[in-house]
Amino acid sequence: MKILVCISHVPDTTSKINFTENDTKFDTNGVQFVINPYDEFSLTRAMWFKEKQGASVTVVNVGNVSTEPTLRKALAIGADDAIRVNMDATDGLSVAKQLADVVKNGGYDLVLAGRESIDYNGGMVPGMLAALLDFNFVNGCVGMEVDGTSVSLSREIDGGNETLSTALPLVVAGQKGIVEEKDLRIPNMRGIMMARKKPLNVVEPIAVENSTSTESFEKPAPKGAVKLVDADNVDELINLLHNEAKVI
Amino acid sequence: MSVLVFADSAEGKFKKSAFEVVSYGKKVAEQIGSNVVALTINANNNEELYTYGADKVVTVSNDSISTFNANAYKSVIKQVADSEGSSVIIIDSSIDGLFVAPMVAVALGAGYASNVVALPSATSPFTVKRKAFSNKAFSNTVISTDNKVIGLAKNSYGIHENPVSGTTESFDASISEADLGVKSEKVEKVTGKITIADADIVVSAGRGLKGPENWGMIEELADVLGAATACSKPVSDLGWRPHGEHVGQTGKPVASNLYIAIGISGAIQHLAGINASKVKVVINTDPEAPFFKAADYGIVGDAFEVVPKLIEKLKAFKQA
Repeated sequence: MKILVCISHVPDTTSKINFTENDTKFDTNGVQFVINPYDEFSLTRAMWFKEKQGASVTVVNVGNVSTEPTLRKALAIGADDAIRVNMDATDGLSVAKQLADVVKNGGYDLVLAGRESIDYNGGMVPGMLAALLDFNFVNGCVGMEVDGTSVSLSREIDGGNETLSTALPLVVAGQKGIVEEKDLRIPNMRGIMMARKKPLNVVEPIAVENSTSTESFEKPAPKGAVKLVDADNVDELINLLHNEAKVI
Repeated sequence: MSVLVFADSAEGKFKKSAFEVVSYGKKVAEQIGSNVVALTINANNNEELYTYGADKVVTVSNDSISTFNANAYKSVIKQVADSEGSSVIIIDSSIDGLFVAPMVAVALGAGYASNVVALPSATSPFTVKRKAFSNKAFSNTVISTDNKVIGLAKNSYGIHENPVSGTTESFDASISEADLGVKSEKVEKVTGKITIADADIVVSAGRGLKGPENWGMIEELADVLGAATACSKPVSDLGWRPHGEHVGQTGKPVASNLYIAIGISGAIQHLAGINASKVKVVINTDPEAPFFKAADYGIVGDAFEVVPKLIEKLKAFKQA
């Protein structure tokens, strides 16, 4: 089984979000970047397939040179090699088209990604990739087993879980549950040393046109101060929720 | 060039989001000077959609998709979009909507913006405001392709009545074996409980509750309010509550009208996941808890004293 894991390079979850250049660019000043948490769950599942079922694992990112430390971290966690498509990722469909080209050239039969990136939150690249490749697709995956080319998965639905069956070739967008948080791996020194020697191939993008673009970013309007209600006066809270906020 | 909205249903009954996307689609159609067509799959009472402005309802009945199947649904939406000459497709950004919409976008060669929170601010260039950076910001996104797919965030536009005398037409969609490449084997659902996605009110509790044995009052409060129950990440990590209740950045997103946080300090990742809720109430012993900065109303106090009082008073309020 040849697995490709798509890795997004995103600001750490605790980052302060600010914009520059007239609110058109994300301000990376002082921001620490990490592997997108959803992608990390899927990468960890891929490592399991590598160790237990002899799969090969390649990681890929569409981005500029600044994303390479994130790919090196994925290599330190245990991926065999990495590919960076040398293009700024700003449009989901364009990114999916670049990835589709990587999948075709590499002959991968399983593509793992995260449900969404925590920066653009588009949640669209995995589904678009599957559609472009005519692969099967499962979104929001919280459990997955592969037996030959048969695949059994579960996904989160509103109020529960759904069990699905399908076959390779397949694109899966995972989230917590595809592995548990305790299974996530922190790269050890040996992994970090080995990662330096693993191949990280930079490929130039194919020509595509963007379908969407961000004209500007904005932050939510500042919130008014909290109205405090005395703990002995819950009637007042009920009154405010009923008459002022009109939510009960 | 009509506007096509996909009005989702389960077991024949429209989801609340169906009325919201139709309400929204009606306004978008007015903006671009067109009419709105609603597509339904195996739904009953299709005329309900006229109330929200659906000029035309296209119904698909097909036993091979008696439950949601993303790829087959995509195929149906594409066929109806082609037949109706639709250039703007609107799908909700629910779990299922987010599953199907990217594939629809590719099938129609469309640019796609998900988690959109408002009507297009301009139609040329076509510009929509969408959530980004996990609710910490918005992106004003231009969709530059001729066909466009909009994913509407839950509870962002609201349900608005706009009655029209619509028409209903059935459509014979063809579903191939390849469309059914992913098969549903089993659906496990908690029954008789309001889900977080569907709830107008969510009651959520954190580590301040001290142990899973203390959730009785949380469930009772939720019961009184007709609310869904949720929890913080540490609580689900500790196994006090099922994973499905975890709300926050890596858990489920919440966009309810009212969110009540009890014994939750308000870590930035938690707030990111619940920020889309309209009104937030916090009950916490620690006045320095970050949640007080994010909340609209707050009580500094011990949950074990405040919550039982609140339940009692709410019961009286509901009876009044």
